[in-house]
Parts: sequence; C-alpha cells; structure tokens
Amino acid sequence: MSKPVTKITPNAAVFFDNDPQDELITLNIGPTHPATHGVFQNVVQIDGERIVSGVSTIGYIHRAFEKIAEHRPFYQITPLTDRLNYCSAPINNMGWHMTVEKLLQIDIPKRVQYMRVIVMELARIADHIICNGILGVDTGAFSGFLYVMQEREFIYEIFEEICGARLTTNIGRIGGFERDFNEVAFRKIEEFIKRFPPVLKEFENLFVRNRIFIERTSGVAAVTPEQALSYSWSGPILRATGVDYDVRAVSPYSSYEEFDFDIPVGTTGDVYDRFMVRNDEMWQSLRIIEQALDKIKKEPVGVFHADVPEFYLPPKEQVYTNMEALIYHFKIVMGEWETPQSEVYHAVEGANGELGFYLIHDGGRSPYRLHFRRPSFINYQMFAPMSSGMLISDAIINMSSLNIIAGELDA
Amino acid sequence: MSKVTLAEAPPGVEGAGFFATTLDKAIGLARANSLWPLPFATSCCGIEFMATMGSTYDLARFGAERPSFSPRQADMLLVMGTIAKKMAPVLKQVYIQMAEPRWVIAVGACASSGGIFDTYSVLQGIDEIIPVDVYVPGCPPRPEAILDGVLKLQEIVKNESLNRRNTPEYKALLEKYGIVTDNGNG
Amino acid sequence: MDKLDNQKIITRLQDRYGEGLAVIGEPHGLLTVAVNVETIIDVLQFVKEDPELRMNYLTDITAVHYPRQEQEFCVVYHVYNMLQDVRLRIKVFVSGPIPTVPTATTIWHGANWMERETYDFFGIIFEGHPDLRRILNMDELDVFPMRKEYPLEDPNRVDKKDFYFGR
Repeated sequence: MSKPVTKITPNAAVFFDNDPQDELITLNIGPTHPATHGVFQNVVQIDGERIVSGVSTIGYIHRAFEKIAEHRPFYQITPLTDRLNYCSAPINNMGWHMTVEKLLQIDIPKRVQYMRVIVMELARIADHIICNGILGVDTGAFSGFLYVMQEREFIYEIFEEICGARLTTNIGRIGGFERDFNEVAFRKIEEFIKRFPPVLKEFENLFVRNRIFIERTSGVAAVTPEQALSYSWSGPILRATGVDYDVRAVSPYSSYEEFDFDIPVGTTGDVYDRFMVRNDEMWQSLRIIEQALDKIKKEPVGVFHADVPEFYLPPKEQVYTNMEALIYHFKIVMGEWETPQSEVYHAVEGANGELGFYLIHDGGRSPYRLHFRRPSFINYQMFAPMSSGMLISDAIINMSSLNIIAGELDA
Repeated sequence: MSKVTLAEAPPGVEGAGFFATTLDKAIGLARANSLWPLPFATSCCGIEFMATMGSTYDLARFGAERPSFSPRQADMLLVMGTIAKKMAPVLKQVYIQMAEPRWVIAVGACASSGGIFDTYSVLQGIDEIIPVDVYVPGCPPRPEAILDGVLKLQEIVKNESLNRRNTPEYKALLEKYGIVTDNGNG
Repeated sequence: MDKLDNQKIITRLQDRYGEGLAVIGEPHGLLTVAVNVETIIDVLQFVKEDPELRMNYLTDITAVHYPRQEQEFCVVYHVYNMLQDVRLRIKVFVSGPIPTVPTATTIWHGANWMERETYDFFGIIFEGHPDLRRILNMDELDVFPMRKEYPLEDPNRVDKKDFYFGR
C-alpha cells in the first residue's frame, strides 16, 4: 500500500484536452472551496459564467468504513455509523441496530419503537435545518440560518439528555436503549414541539415568498422523475421531482405504519421544490413526534429495551456486583454470542434518502461483509452531468440543495 | 452598564499619560485578540465548529469574528475532521499558502491522531505533514472544548517572541516537514 | 393488480431462464437468486421492463470476496419494485485473475458510480463502463483494499510498535 503522497496530482484535469483555439477556461472548484460545504472537487470547464462540462472527484475523506466493519463486533460498528451522516447520526444508529435486530429476529416492544421514532424525527429536523439554513446562506440570507441553528442547539440538548452526546450520538443499543428517557428529556421534547413551530414559521416567512430567493432557486436544476429514478435518487430530492417514495411509508419500520403523516412532494424537482419538501417534512416530523409522545403514554412505563439478555448489555451496576451479568457483559462485548448465518438488507429513510445496510454474517464475531447504501454517494453522481449548461452560481446552490454530506459520500 | 471587558494590559511601566512595555508583548496582545481563523472542515468536527460559530457559543467574542476562507489572509488554521491521505497534500498546500505568523489547531481525535480510523486510507494525525500548536481532544469536541483550544492558542500567541519565526530552530522545524521557508524578512 | 410475491417472481424468472438461474433462498423474506455472468444484463433488463415484475429501481451494486471459494467474487445487485415494495437480490459469481462483469450503466445511469466503487474496492472490471477509474481511494493505490487478503491498518506505519500493543 502506498505512503501518503506529497504532491498534488492533477486529478480530473487530465480529462480535458484544452484546445488553445476555444475560449473555454478550466476552473478547479474544491476540494476546500468554501462554497461547497465539504471536501468535493469539481473540475469544470466554463464559458464565461456558464459551465460547459465538469468532472467530480470524491474520496477526500475516505475512511474505509466497510473494511473497519469487517474487523469490529456489532456493538463497535454503531460509532462508525455515527460518522456516516453526522448531521443526523441517530438515524444511522437506529438503522444499524434495526438491521442487527432483523438478523437476530428480536421483537422490539412498542414503547421502544416509539422512542426511536421520536429520536429519528428529531434528527431529521436537525438535518433539514442545516440543509435549508445553508441553502439560505448560499442565496444570500444569513439570518435565517442563525434563527434555526438556535433550535438545532436545543435538539442537541435533548440528545444530550438521552445519551450524553451531542453530535455523534452513539444513541441506543441493539435491542433498545441504554436507559429510559428521563423526566427532563420528555419535558424538553414537549418544550421543543411548542417552541419550534413559531421559529420555523418565521424561517418560512423569510424565504417562501421572498422574491430574491424564488428568483435564485425556482427553475434551477430541475430534474424529471425519470432522470431521478434512473440515477437511483432517493429522499427529499427524489420527492421534489414528484415521486412519493419514502421508506417510512412504503416499507415501514419501527411502527411508522401507525403514524399519520403526509409525504410532501414537489412538481418540478428544482431547488425551490427541494427546499419546500424539506421544509414541509419538518412540519410532518413535528406531527409524528407529537403522536409518538401520545402513544408512549399509553404503553407500560419503564420499558426501554427488548427482553433479550443474550444480546442486550446488562446494566452497568449489575456488572460490578453480579457474576452472571459480568459474564454476559464480557460475552456480548467480545462478540461471543450465538448468531445465525444469514444476509440482511435493511433500509431506513435517512435524512438524505434511503439509507441501506447490507449485512452478510457468517456467524463470526464481526460481519463477513457490511455494505452501506449511502444516499449521498448515489445522489451526488448526477451533480456533474446536470451542471453542464448551468451558471456557476446555480451549480453552487444546486449542490447545497442536494445536501451532500462528505462523511456519507466517502464512507 | 456595558458588559464589555477589556483585554488585560501586559506588565509594564505606567505613569502619568504614558505606558511602556516591550514590543513583543504589545504585538502579542494585538495578535492574540484578533486571530483570523481558517476553518479547514472536512467532517463531523466541522459541524461542531458551525455550532461554535453560531449564536449560542459565538467564537467572535474572542476576536475571531471573521472566518477567512482564503489561506492568504488567515492566522489560525483550524483543521477539523478526518484527513485522508488523498487530502494530505491539499492540507499541506493550504498551510504553505498561509502567511507568517501562522498557527495550527488540530480539532478532534481524527486530526490529532487519526482517531478511530486506523486504516490504510487515513492520515494518522496532521502532525505528520504540518506542525501543530494546539490539539483539542474529543470525537467531536464540544464547542466549549474548541473555544478552550482557541484560548490556549491565544496564550501561545501572547507569549511568542517576535523573533521566533526567524530563528534557525523554527526553520529547522519547517524543513523537517519539507516546507521551504521564505518569509521575506529573514 | 395482485400482490407480487416471491413465488411469482421465481416462476416468472424460471419461465424465461430455466436452468440458467438458481434460487439461493429467501433470507428474511428477500428473494436471492444467482445467475451466470453471461445473462446478468439480460436479467436486469428483464426485471426492469417486465410488466409484472417492474423492478425499475436499482438500489445498490456491491461485491463480496470469498477467498476460499472456487468463484472468488460475488457481485450483488439489489433491485426494487417501488410500487409494491418488493426487493430482489441478484448475485453473479465470477473468478479469475481479472474478474469481469458486463456493465449495468446501459440500463441505469446510477450504476456508474456504484460500479466504480466496486471496482475501486475489489478490482472487478465492468466491461463497457464509460469511465472505470478509482473513485474513493487515491489513484496511486496499487491494491484493491476490500479484498480479504489486504490488512485494515496501513502496513507502512512506523510509529506503531508491536511492543506497545502486546503482540
């Protein structure tokens, strides 16, 4: 394997043969360009302000997740999933836990499922806040971003109350949660669904009928449903084209079928529609959280994990005092548990689209192969082809509306 | 009452209408309280930095109001997130483009040591390619920790001798990383 | 329209491909079939355009390395019928010093990067791919890191003394 290189390789630039006769300029955007919000490199050929063609280079934070996963027991893979889409880490955590639960065929109590729904929807709101806020910044309005970021901090506070971490949460466990939501957590969630709507309303008022915003976004980077499906798009950007594909509704997991919520869709698939779909999804997420809180009240109190002592880590205080608990703790942490040989594909609706986990297990301590279907990776490949003919400034807001998260893109 | 507090004056001789101190201290004070950060954010820590810049934690309180996205006009390089080997030459290039004096903070476990990613594709700490002044632990560090790192750096900046960047030791340090020193005045 | 179930998919596929298609099983309800490398593109085209199957959404392409098997590499396609929520997993086993599979970019645009990623990790050549280059790893890398024989950690590291790790 090669050592760190010390020179900058020309990368994609070699794919253009520059004809000295024409007036085209080759421009290198990235990998550290401030307008790209992440480490993406696009080498574009421009004719004035208009992009003629482009080549994307990715992999600038490739961290070999799939290779690491082959060397880690199931529990230690949860922190890896945190770092996929770090804007909404809990969804990844839960998705991974549900994949393992599907493999082990563990039944999860209803109350735990509702708790998961709350956490996942909060994470979705947190993710959409970032995307829409940044889209506002890119079109020239910084204040909207500051308004909603404040609420995002509050979501972090809720996560802190539940699991102790803010961003890379490592929330929950295989089989449920590490502990029950405490009183403060419930109170904060309830406070959140009261205090967030006015802020979101204000944010909406800043953008939805704002002339400048509409001029900048409407009709930009419009995508037809056929194109989107051919590129295997998923998530809000697919729904913006008018395809009502949402994993939560089409193949429900974690009891989503019991919830009453709408799937917002767009019509033209342009940047404005993507903004509106994400915006409406935040309202729907609030609805789901509200219903989940009601449902939890009807469930037996204090249930926060499935009754599977062979897979679920025993409480820490018992590990120190009880022999059996200590043995189980060791067995589970070391991955010495009986697991079936099988393959599982499990998909959840991540904030950016269908987040899939393809797990092949041979009964060993760690997965034989674990593949992440990462929506950012698959969504992003259309960026370069769709940029041709676009203005540079349009391509930039197109990129922010795709909400490509570098960690998920490069894995 | 205004809540604005003034920076503490360095030790010196004070009298009616005058205050004398060393040039080092005066310049150090000015530099420390007007550090222009260059956020080199690649992954998760970058999102925490966003929170640090945001209204709740507000990095601007410490004189870092203007995040500079151009390396030419920045003093403080904040490296946040995993640096893959593919990224390493880019980071080094950014460091070389910065003008002296320049300081580097490695924010988070990945930038400091590679973190949990001990793999074939990840650089095991940015100090393999550029010199680092302050390391901030955490995966990701909380905004308070990032602020603490910046405050620690301010201490370093305040106490740095004006001549440091011209010393043979400093040149040797940069040459160790294969960076040619040519800061124009030395 | 009747609900599409796994039995129907099997019948439909076997009517057309007969012996050329082997049913591996239905782990957790997801039908898994294996086809040989010559027919894979035809199968993908068929499941996409067949009016009953209508699996027009390519979820994912990836590969698995089985160093102890005769056919070392397995390319896995996940296709999906969105309307009825039915998934199908299609596997192709290949081997040889340069494992080669025809490209699916002729059917889905989205297969482009998925195949590039698979090439990058496993060194599987997708014949006819418009732009088969490394995508995530450095261009200078001379191995295919997801193959089982390559280690996770960088073997060039000098600071990691075995002594400190008790090995």
